[in-house]
Amino acid sequence: MSNIIKIKKGLDIPLKGAADGKTTVDSSTVLFGIVPDDFPGYTWKAAVKAGDSVKCGDALLFAKEDARLCLTSPVAGTVSEIHRGERRKIEYVSVKKEGEQTQNDFGSPTDKEGILTKLMNSGLFAMIRQRPFDIVPFIGVTPRDIFVTAFDSAPLAAEMTKADMMSDLEEGLKVLGELTDGKVYLSVRAGSGIESRYAEVYEFSGPHPAGNAGTQIAAISPVNKGETVWTLDAVTAARIGKLMASGIADYNTDVALTGEDMKEPHVVETTIGASLGTLLDNQLDHSNGKVRVISGNVLTGDRVDWKAGFLRYPYRQITAIDEGDQTDEFMGWASLDPRKYSVSRSFPAFLRGLSKPFHFDARIKGGHRAMIMSGEYDKVFPMDIYPEYLIKAIMAKDIERMEQLGIYEVAPEDFALPEFVDTSKIELQKLVREGLDYLRKETL
Amino acid sequence: MKGLKRNIDKIKPHFEKGGKLNKLHSVFDGFYTFLFTPNETSRSGVHIHDGNDSKRTMITVVIALLPCCLFGMWNIGLQHFMATGNPDREFFTLFFYGFFAVLPQILTAYIVGLGIEFIVAQMRGHEIQEGFLVSGILIPMICPVDTPCWMLAIAVAFAVIFAKEVFGGTGHNFLNVALVTRAFLFFSYPSKMSGDNVFVKLGGTPAVDSYSGATPLGQLASSTEGAVTITDVIGNPLSCSDIFFGLYPGSWGETSTLCILIGAAILLLTGIANWRIILSALAGGFCMAAVAHNWASPLYPVSYLAPLTQLSLGGFLFAIVFMATDPVTACRTNPGKYIYGFLIGMTAIIIRIYNTGYPEGAMLSVLLMNCFAPLIDYCVVNMNIRRRMRRITVKNQ
Repeated sequence: MSNIIKIKKGLDIPLKGAADGKTTVDSSTVLFGIVPDDFPGYTWKAAVKAGDSVKCGDALLFAKEDARLCLTSPVAGTVSEIHRGERRKIEYVSVKKEGEQTQNDFGSPTDKEGILTKLMNSGLFAMIRQRPFDIVPFIGVTPRDIFVTAFDSAPLAAEMTKADMMSDLEEGLKVLGELTDGKVYLSVRAGSGIESRYAEVYEFSGPHPAGNAGTQIAAISPVNKGETVWTLDAVTAARIGKLMASGIADYNTDVALTGEDMKEPHVVETTIGASLGTLLDNQLDHSNGKVRVISGNVLTGDRVDWKAGFLRYPYRQITAIDEGDQTDEFMGWASLDPRKYSVSRSFPAFLRGLSKPFHFDARIKGGHRAMIMSGEYDKVFPMDIYPEYLIKAIMAKDIERMEQLGIYEVAPEDFALPEFVDTSKIELQKLVREGLDYLRKETL
Repeated sequence: MKGLKRNIDKIKPHFEKGGKLNKLHSVFDGFYTFLFTPNETSRSGVHIHDGNDSKRTMITVVIALLPCCLFGMWNIGLQHFMATGNPDREFFTLFFYGFFAVLPQILTAYIVGLGIEFIVAQMRGHEIQEGFLVSGILIPMICPVDTPCWMLAIAVAFAVIFAKEVFGGTGHNFLNVALVTRAFLFFSYPSKMSGDNVFVKLGGTPAVDSYSGATPLGQLASSTEGAVTITDVIGNPLSCSDIFFGLYPGSWGETSTLCILIGAAILLLTGIANWRIILSALAGGFCMAAVAHNWASPLYPVSYLAPLTQLSLGGFLFAIVFMATDPVTACRTNPGKYIYGFLIGMTAIIIRIYNTGYPEGAMLSVLLMNCFAPLIDYCVVNMNIRRRMRRITVKNQ
């Protein structure tokens, strides 16, 4: 019998364009790119040169701090480009899929050190995150607990688990259990019926951010100063299971193509880092003007170039919405349009019902102001933390206060809903990221 | 609208950096964003935003103030014509008498306040902030109808500069700007702000013989014989319904309980005012009024008022609905809001009853609690911090 936790505070934002049940297989993409910025906490150096041929699972980049930690090629082929930006910082490494898809065999170690090395070599370790700081975990720090999330509650997110990955997931949970002295927790959607022998299962019900690792950790066992926990999604856990069972890393992924500007929202089976030029070929609806393509969901995803960009970590969703920068809304503050979404009842949208799908574009719909309204963030922030005070401590760069107010427990994504509802349009996720980075620099 | 937008876009470059009208950039920007919602799209973090913004929030508060404002204008006319012996005038005669009586004050408050806001925004290179849209209408409403415009101008300038802009503008002030204006006037020009001759506009017309311009609370405070019957301007006793509808002299925006309740309903339905503050302030006020009423003494004649009448009279209700709920100066934590509200209600009634020097205590009590709000929040937040610290100690044992 699993434990049930009901999340009360939060918000399910009703976007148009949810994926229907259809799944297609992407076989046309040949270019795949890995973006080192998706893996914060380490400095990444190129392990290959353009033109090198690589097997699936060979290192493309390695961490300057520990060469065992790699970002790997998701396909076999030739390194096409190591794209550098300002000060020769690597922006992405792309690989062209060619020839027979040979796999790198990572062997089958049994001891903890061997397992860790195997995870680091295969690129799967980089897909784990640690709290505090929301970065790729420190090597050599044993986590207090490991939290695996088996559902995504973000807007338009698709189901994360599939029936055929359950045995791999179970194997993954078993392996993760060997990497911590504490427990492995598996958080599932209430009623999903997922069970595990190797993890303590918690069922979550309620609106987003019920699926965020931060919310789940706060509800199960919050992070204290001096402690480290790891978080990962069930897809990564299943990849780890498969890697341990077969010695081969699986970089395939199911991506939900969602959003109002997606012609046919559906799920595509592809490989991580797939080039969007081919993945989104003929999928986008440009009839409403400029389209914003987001790798990820509308709350935490990265804005990407739909011609030259790649599918970015965590490799599960692409959302396309109107950019809306040519809208010219006349006196929008006086709007009585019931189609304009707002959680505030000063707009008539609530009369229409806030659970029906609404049109959204990327405008911030207001001006940047100082924090004026109080209690707005609290309504969508289900943790025992005062978000306004934490944000103010971050703005003031007051490390002691940040620690006291719980910065070790949060990641930028936990502040996505507060940022969405904020009438002062403050860039909260950016602030939290800066705060975490500042704290890491100053305290370590 | 497209044509208007095109024309405005055409003159926009003059106001940008390097343009010849760059000094008016913030003014232009203020009007531009008033007409057209900025097309700025999100650069970091979330890609979509809620439709609500601070303009909408402030305008909703102004709308919530309108019933009080319109009623107040009509009531000014009513009190005037009652005092001068012509109470049977038409509705519009009464209304426009009041309208023209307060129009100069409203204009003064807005011109001085917004003028300073525009200048400061230009100096700092910020966007115009909307906070003063609310303060600008609030200020005349809580002042006597006969307040001279020059006084109002000085008080508004003082409040906007020293209570708001020196702290960084809207969102950073710790005292309610409208109440600082009122307090400035009250302590600088007491003869124009209280007493029997400032709350009814006679406009030079002689009053009838039975006329007295004292507000109900003023009548009570100056009474020497314990319980008295409160009367209107020509000496007829005020009924409960007169008090509820607000047909008596006072600061012109705050007399009608009914209109304040309509405003409160708008603010609570839209979720802009916090119900915790209003509820607990009512509870605090009621408890204190009940206690005082139970032990009423001729020394403090206001204590003879029944608790509900006590709450309906004067500026109490107006202050807790429109001033105490100002999110910037109130407590920001939920437990803090209960304490903050309760103490406002309580101290307002204490000042009103036990300090006969001040017939109305709502202004001072809100300002007092504005000062204590950060301390209350500090204690509430510290409890959260202590909970977090205890978690570590329990673990380490």
